[in-house]
Amino acid sequence: MPHKTFFWFILPTGLAMILFIGLPIVSSFFQSLHIETEQILMEVENCDPFGCKTNVRVDVEATEKLRQENPLGRFNGFGTYTDRNHLAFDEIGEAWNTSSSMSEFKDIVLNLPFYKALLFTLTFCFAVTPPVIILGFIVALSVNTLSKIIKGFIVFGTILPMIVTPLIGSLVLFWMIDSQGIIGASIQILFDDPNLSLKASSNLTWITLIIYGIWHNTPFAFVVFYAALQTVPQDPIEAAYIDGASRYQRVRYIVIPHLYPVATFIMLICLMDNFRVFEPIIGFSAEGVAQSLSWMIYQDLRNENKMLFGSAGATSMLTIIGIAFLLTPVLIRTWKEFRTER
Amino acid sequence: MDTKLNKYSKQLIIFNGIFILFWLTISIFPFLWTLWGSFKVKADFFSRAEWTYALTGFNTLIETGATTTVKAYVESWFEGEFWRASLNTMIVTVSVVSISLFLGTLGAYALSRSTYKYTFYILIAALIFRAMPHITLVSGYLFPFFQLNIWGILPTTIIVLVAINQPFTLWLLYSFFKTVPKELDESALIDGCSYFQAFRYIIMPVMWPGVVTAGLFSMMLAYNDFTVTALLLNQQNYTMVPKINAFLGTIEHGGNYMWAVSSVVSATAPLFMIIWFFQRQLISGLTAGAVKG
Repeated sequence: MPHKTFFWFILPTGLAMILFIGLPIVSSFFQSLHIETEQILMEVENCDPFGCKTNVRVDVEATEKLRQENPLGRFNGFGTYTDRNHLAFDEIGEAWNTSSSMSEFKDIVLNLPFYKALLFTLTFCFAVTPPVIILGFIVALSVNTLSKIIKGFIVFGTILPMIVTPLIGSLVLFWMIDSQGIIGASIQILFDDPNLSLKASSNLTWITLIIYGIWHNTPFAFVVFYAALQTVPQDPIEAAYIDGASRYQRVRYIVIPHLYPVATFIMLICLMDNFRVFEPIIGFSAEGVAQSLSWMIYQDLRNENKMLFGSAGATSMLTIIGIAFLLTPVLIRTWKEFRTER
Repeated sequence: MDTKLNKYSKQLIIFNGIFILFWLTISIFPFLWTLWGSFKVKADFFSRAEWTYALTGFNTLIETGATTTVKAYVESWFEGEFWRASLNTMIVTVSVVSISLFLGTLGAYALSRSTYKYTFYILIAALIFRAMPHITLVSGYLFPFFQLNIWGILPTTIIVLVAINQPFTLWLLYSFFKTVPKELDESALIDGCSYFQAFRYIIMPVMWPGVVTAGLFSMMLAYNDFTVTALLLNQQNYTMVPKINAFLGTIEHGGNYMWAVSSVVSATAPLFMIIWFFQRQLISGLTAGAVKG
């Protein structure tokens, strides 16, 4: 296809992607270098019969004028990145100097907002992915043995947790585990502890979120494994059968090795998707004990009157750096595939 | 095929059956429970005293005079203006699906037919774009959109969702067009068609299976989106998902909580019906990148 024709075909989609994915990233970066203008203070002398006092007040007019002139705020360089709510270099340095033991230092660092969110995000990513792969594989194996008539229905039932949006999915579960919902109340009766609530302790909330993550992601792993199972060559399986291999041995030594590349694919996609975990935190009302990087950005932008563009931009950039680490293996894989295709 | 190979022992069949039932319970039961509970009052769905109230509708009977009630539905749809939210969702979904398929088919066709190296770089760029968390993009939109005064309205959100959706649509349709034999449109080119004519008269009639799959994913993205719609739309223009979240924000009076429950059912039911019909396409799309058949 000549360059010119190609250009016209690709132009609409290319333009859409550059304008609404490429530019926002640039704009986000640009915002992160700025910080909201400070309020201009003025001294006002108040005189009353008992004498004169000078008060410091916010000059609303001047502040508003400065905001109008400079809506993005003033230039701050990388100041936002290193402040207390992000990388917090000063605080970490201070903690390093003052804390007497390693665990104390760790405690201080992990209580800083950014590191707290990073810890949750990474824990979520790495706790959800392995069970998803194992469970997805078992469900796929299991569904694969069923007869064709009921397969359709069972596949449909299995993929439901994946097709609802995370917010709705987490709400549906949340209403059940609520201390007054069916599961929550049953647990209280089971442990004979009327105050036991999955919302109460931070560990239990984390576990709940992780279980939700597994519930939501397993169908994807199932679908991919299920499709891959159809491509397993039958000849080696038959040969192994003739040689007397048990069903377990056939799965362990023939099917699983065949599915390794598929498992890596699922793992990478799962890690990348879960790195942006955000909606379940809202659905489970877990903001108090579990914050993720995406949630931090949402929090900065949620208040219509006072949006912290600088802070949100900085967190966005740091999130993108995190994604870049996870994305590299995917890119290498795609690169290799392209090489072999050509 | 050797029949013995696929013969399962009795224990295996029983064990397998139990496992599947167990798994289906986990994946389906929460939705059935919510569906059932949405026809009760709050005191039943969240009953501290006795969970069987949710089944029998004990308090529902006292409060409304029947064991099931559609009160929450009627109120959320009219008083809570959920009808407006579902109308908005319809507008957004239909527009996003049609625009992104239009852009996507053109782009993906060109990518699949061009032999130059830059197609590869475009696809890699699309892959990188696809990995960007939506919330980071939203943080980049808000400031310019406020300055341009286009924040809060549906068209902006539609364009943004189309753009966010493009990388995936491109990849999906690209791998689909690769399976359409080149000879088909090449012969049309030799006969004197332009590329656009070849696309219009030769490719378009055979591309529908791929387009349906891509359309399904666009639909799911637009229908399910929370991040973009919650932050880029104003309250009047909310689609269903942010609207449900807004219902939750006002939990002071018990009624609204059941509004959220009934709205969740109203929002999920159409989606499940669509997926029921297009299950095959959904699965083929999910596996397109993973499995070489």
